[in-house]
Amino acid sequence: MSESPDVKVAPWTGPQRPYDIIKEGTIAFIVVAILTIGLALVFSSPDDPQVTVQQWSTKAPIDFAQTALSELNGTSGTAQYGAPYNTASAGQQLGPFTLAKWLGATIPVNTVRDFVVDPLTDQPATPALSKALAQWKGASSAQRTTWVDAYTKVSGKMTFANGTVSVPTSAAGPVPVMINTLEQMARSGALDQALVTQNGFYTSNFTLPLLFLADGSYLGDLAQQRHLLGTQWGMMNETGNYPGQAWLWLYTFWYQVPPFSTSANADIQVWGIMMLLSLVLLLVPFIPGLRSIPRWTRVYRLIWRDHYRSQGA
Amino acid sequence: MSSTEIDRQWTTRLRRRAARRLPPEKMLPDTQPAYVASWIYVFGVTTLSALAVVILSGFILALKGPQWWHVSGIGHFVNSLHLWSVEIFFFAMVIHLWGKFFMAAWRGGRSLTWVTGVVTFLTSIATAFTGYVSQTNFDSQWISTQAKDGINSTGAGSFFNVLNFGQMLMWHIVLLPLVAVILTGLHVLMVRAKGVVPPFEEKVEAR
Repeated sequence: MSESPDVKVAPWTGPQRPYDIIKEGTIAFIVVAILTIGLALVFSSPDDPQVTVQQWSTKAPIDFAQTALSELNGTSGTAQYGAPYNTASAGQQLGPFTLAKWLGATIPVNTVRDFVVDPLTDQPATPALSKALAQWKGASSAQRTTWVDAYTKVSGKMTFANGTVSVPTSAAGPVPVMINTLEQMARSGALDQALVTQNGFYTSNFTLPLLFLADGSYLGDLAQQRHLLGTQWGMMNETGNYPGQAWLWLYTFWYQVPPFSTSANADIQVWGIMMLLSLVLLLVPFIPGLRSIPRWTRVYRLIWRDHYRSQGA
Repeated sequence: MSSTEIDRQWTTRLRRRAARRLPPEKMLPDTQPAYVASWIYVFGVTTLSALAVVILSGFILALKGPQWWHVSGIGHFVNSLHLWSVEIFFFAMVIHLWGKFFMAAWRGGRSLTWVTGVVTFLTSIATAFTGYVSQTNFDSQWISTQAKDGINSTGAGSFFNVLNFGQMLMWHIVLLPLVAVILTGLHVLMVRAKGVVPPFEEKVEAR
């Protein structure tokens, strides 16, 4: 066993003083409870209402329609994500390790089916929608791509008026009806329900609506107004002037500085660093040099100043 | 039944070992070493007290369900108690951790006490995080959609889906608190068994 003063210490044989552990614990609990009640009464807690797909499509109809199109043409964040949602990309990697890819698409999301076609299929049938869906489902993959590409090509000229999304093309087959019906479905609130109930009546899984919301710009715009973006130390903040998860400051810090602030693999790199630092913190008692810092810095002289004064040291 | 047979029983051996490691005077001491005289020692018991308030306020929120606090003034107040007790908990815990670092509190066979403390700290971060993504409001929507990328990049997203509210709520109110409370209990028992770490020995200069 090491004889280092950073590892060993002789058992205390010096003087003792009275100590009422139950009284100390009771007083501490009462003080903390009163402090908590005071802080809760004075500062309350934030509760900005949730964003719905209905709200998004009503306040930003073009952004919603463009996002729906990105789910169809495969350019959305989710469509290009990779594991665990699909195999569209290798995902982030740390050196040769592509951890997410190795585990595969364990939460499969098909953006065309899950965000557009299935919700539309759940809609009460109208002649136009029935015809559009029949046309879509009966078409070859190449034909669908041709239609979606034609719509995408003119999507920069998309307009929204009188509750209708319009683009200047006649070569997009059923796509204009599908996008427009999805917009109306969203504005009625029906899409919120359709996205969460695809797996049955009871549900507590909001993966699909959250991914869809995150693919648009609306949610991010609201977050930016509330200073919650990643570049604004967003992960550790919450809405309003509240401390949030201040204990995540080091994790969030790495995202603010190069090379992580510009890296395509920032998430796995930051996680790698934090895992390593956590391991180092865990193993401080066993790491020579690191475990000597308290003795070298002598901060302990402040903590035990009465003891050293009484010892004359 | 022979006394040898009783001596060999698991129950007997466990009881004797527990009594040897944690006799009543260590478990509930009425004295402590004279060097334990600094404000830094307050932060351990403050952390425990805040944890108690976190759990009590969490119990009330659990009784009424995850949506209650959005529609009830009393519910919102209980949520505020939960939030601020968590803030106090982490504030006190971090100061406690740094205090113990500068005391080199792992000395004298106390390294496992340090390890359980750090694991409790990390578990508490995960517990708080799952609480933030279970709030069913804008914060939980934004934090979960942002955090998914970090967790997914490690591969953990395959079995820890931050967008699955039901899963996150269960982690927050059952699994992680259970681990945190068990670890905290072990940590406190270790402190009681080993006692508070003594100061570094320094030579007294001759006058």
